[in-house]
Amino acid sequence: MTTETLQAPAPRTPLQEFWHYFKGNKGAVTGLVFILIVCFMALFADIVAPHSPSDQARDALLLPPAWMDGGNWAYFLGTDDVGRDILSRIIHGARLSLSVGLVAVTASLMMGILMGLVAGYCKGVVDTIIMRIVDIMLAMPSLLLAIAIVAILGPSIVNAALAISIVSLPHYVRLTRAATMAEMSRDYVTSSRVIGASPLRLMFVCILPNCVAPLIVQATLGFSTAILDMAALGFLGLGAQPPTPEWGSMLADALQFVQRAWWVVTFPGLMILLTVLAFNLMGDGLRDALDPKLKQ
Amino acid sequence: MLSFIGRRLLQAMFVLLIISFVSFMIQDKMGDPVRQMVGQSVTLEQREALQQELGLNDPMLIQYGRFLGRAIQGDLGTSYYYKEPTIDVIASRLPATLELSFAALVLVILLAIPLGVFAAIHPKNLLSRAVLLFSTLGLSVPIFIVAVFLMYFFAIEWGILPSFGRGETTSVFGLWQSGLFNRDGLRHLLLPSLSLAFVLTPIFIRLIRAEMTDVLQSDYIRYAWAKGISAPRIYFIHALKNTMLPVITVGGIQLGTLVAYTILTESIFQWPGMGLLFMDAVTRVDVPLISTYLIFVGVIFVVTNTLVDVVYSLVNPRVRIPGYS
Repeated sequence: MTTETLQAPAPRTPLQEFWHYFKGNKGAVTGLVFILIVCFMALFADIVAPHSPSDQARDALLLPPAWMDGGNWAYFLGTDDVGRDILSRIIHGARLSLSVGLVAVTASLMMGILMGLVAGYCKGVVDTIIMRIVDIMLAMPSLLLAIAIVAILGPSIVNAALAISIVSLPHYVRLTRAATMAEMSRDYVTSSRVIGASPLRLMFVCILPNCVAPLIVQATLGFSTAILDMAALGFLGLGAQPPTPEWGSMLADALQFVQRAWWVVTFPGLMILLTVLAFNLMGDGLRDALDPKLKQ
Repeated sequence: MLSFIGRRLLQAMFVLLIISFVSFMIQDKMGDPVRQMVGQSVTLEQREALQQELGLNDPMLIQYGRFLGRAIQGDLGTSYYYKEPTIDVIASRLPATLELSFAALVLVILLAIPLGVFAAIHPKNLLSRAVLLFSTLGLSVPIFIVAVFLMYFFAIEWGILPSFGRGETTSVFGLWQSGLFNRDGLRHLLLPSLSLAFVLTPIFIRLIRAEMTDVLQSDYIRYAWAKGISAPRIYFIHALKNTMLPVITVGGIQLGTLVAYTILTESIFQWPGMGLLFMDAVTRVDVPLISTYLIFVGVIFVVTNTLVDVVYSLVNPRVRIPGYS
C-alpha cells in the first residue's frame, strides 16, 4: 500500500494574492492594458508618431481619416486646420497629459501624506489646524478653485498642474489621517513606542506602510481627475498654450471646424474619454483587490 | 441642537472670512488701482499722493479691514470693463445660471431616481447592466465633450435645437429675466441643461443603487414583505425614503460641482450667466469681477453646505455629538 503525501499549497505572497483578485476583474485588466499602451506611446512618442506634432502639411488641410474618401494613409486620423497630423498630436499629447497627471498626483500625494500623518499622529491643536485648512479647501468646488488659481498665477501648463495638485490635496490628507488614527490604537504601534521608536520612525516606518492601500486607490482615481481637469483647463484656454499638443486645447481649437471635419474634435475627445475610463476601471479593480473587505 | 447649529454657523463664518481674505489678496496682488484710475501720464509725486489718499500705503490688515467693511455693505468694487458695481453685474447674470442649474437638477432627479432604483431591484437585468455601464462611462466623459456632441447632432446635423444663447426671455415682476415661460427660451435651455445633467446623473445613479441595495437587505424591508405590502409601496415609499438621506447630503455637496460645471457649459453654449461672465472676466483680467464671483460662489456654497448639515442633523441626531463620525 502506497501512501500519497499531500502537500499543502504554498501560501501566496501578497503580490500574488493581489494579482489573483485583480485579474478576475476584466474591466480593470482592460484598463491596465490600455494605460500601458498609452504609457508606451508617451515614452516613445518621438519614434511612434509618424510626424512631428507641429509639422504643418500645407497641401493637406483638414484631411479626413485614412479609411474615408479623400483620406491619405500617411495621415491615419486625418489632419487639422493647419495640416498637422492628428495621430501624432494625440501621441505627443499623451506624454503631456500623463506627465501632468504624474506630477500633480505625486505632489499632492506627498503633501497629503505628510499633512495627514502629522494630523493623525499629533492630534490636538495641530490636527484641528490642518483639518480646518482642509475644510476650507473643500468649501470651494475643486474645478472652480483650480480655475481661480490659474487665473491668479497666469495660464500655463506648470500653473495648471500646480492648481490641480493643490485642489486634490484634501482627499489625501483626509484618507491618511483617518488611516493613521485607526492604526495608532493598534498594539504593534504601542509596542514600537514602548521599545523607544522615535515619532518619525513611528510615522513613516510603522504606520505609513499600513495606510498605503487606500492611498494607491485614491492616487489612481486622482490620475483620472487630473487628466479630466487638465483637459477642462486646456479647453478653457487656461492650460497648455496653443502650439503645444494637449488634448483639451486641441479640442477647443478645432471646435469651429466641427461642422466640416468631425474628426478634429472626435479623436482627442475619444482619447480623453478612454484614458480617464481606463484609470477609473483600474482604480475600481485596485480597490476590490487591495481591500477584499469592501467587496463583501 | 442649538449648540450644534451655533458651532456650524461659527465655522461657516470662519470659512467666509478666509474666502474674503483670499479674494482681497487677489485684488491686492493682481491690479494696480492707481494705474487703473490715472494711466501713465501722471508724475511720480501725484501718483504717490493718490496712493496715500486711497490708503494703499496702510498696513495690509487695515486695508483688509476696510475691504471687509465695504463688503458687508455690499460694495465689492467696480468692474473695470462694465464700469458698474460688480455685485450688480453678477446679480444681472444670476437668473440665467440659476435657471440652468435648476433645469439640470430636475433632469438629474427625473433620470437618476428611476434608473438607480431599477438597477437596485433587478441587478441581473440587461437594462440594469446597461445603466451601470452608462454610469461608469458617464463618470469618465468630460462635460465639454458631451456638450460639443449634443450641439453637433441636435443643432448642426439635425438642426432641431438652437446651439447658443438664451433666446427670448420674459420679465417676471420686473426683477427676473426668465426664459422658462416661453417656447423659445425652453428650447434654448434644453441642450445646456442636458449636458450638465449628463455629468451629474451617473454619480447619483451609482449612489442611489448602492444605498438602495443596502436598504433592501435590511430587516424592516423583510418584515414589510412578510406583512404582504405591495412591491411598489415597499420600493418607492419604504425603501426610497431611507435611500434619499445620503443622497441629499451628497446632493448638497454636488451643488458646488454644478456651479463649477456651469462655467464650462456656459462658455460652450454662450449662455449669458455668471460662469460665462467669470470666464470673460478672466480673459479681460477684470480683477474686481473675478474676486467678487469667487466670494459670491463661496457664499452660495457655504450656505448650502451649512443648511444641508443642519437638515441632516435634524434627521440623524447622532452627528450632533462632536467627534462622532
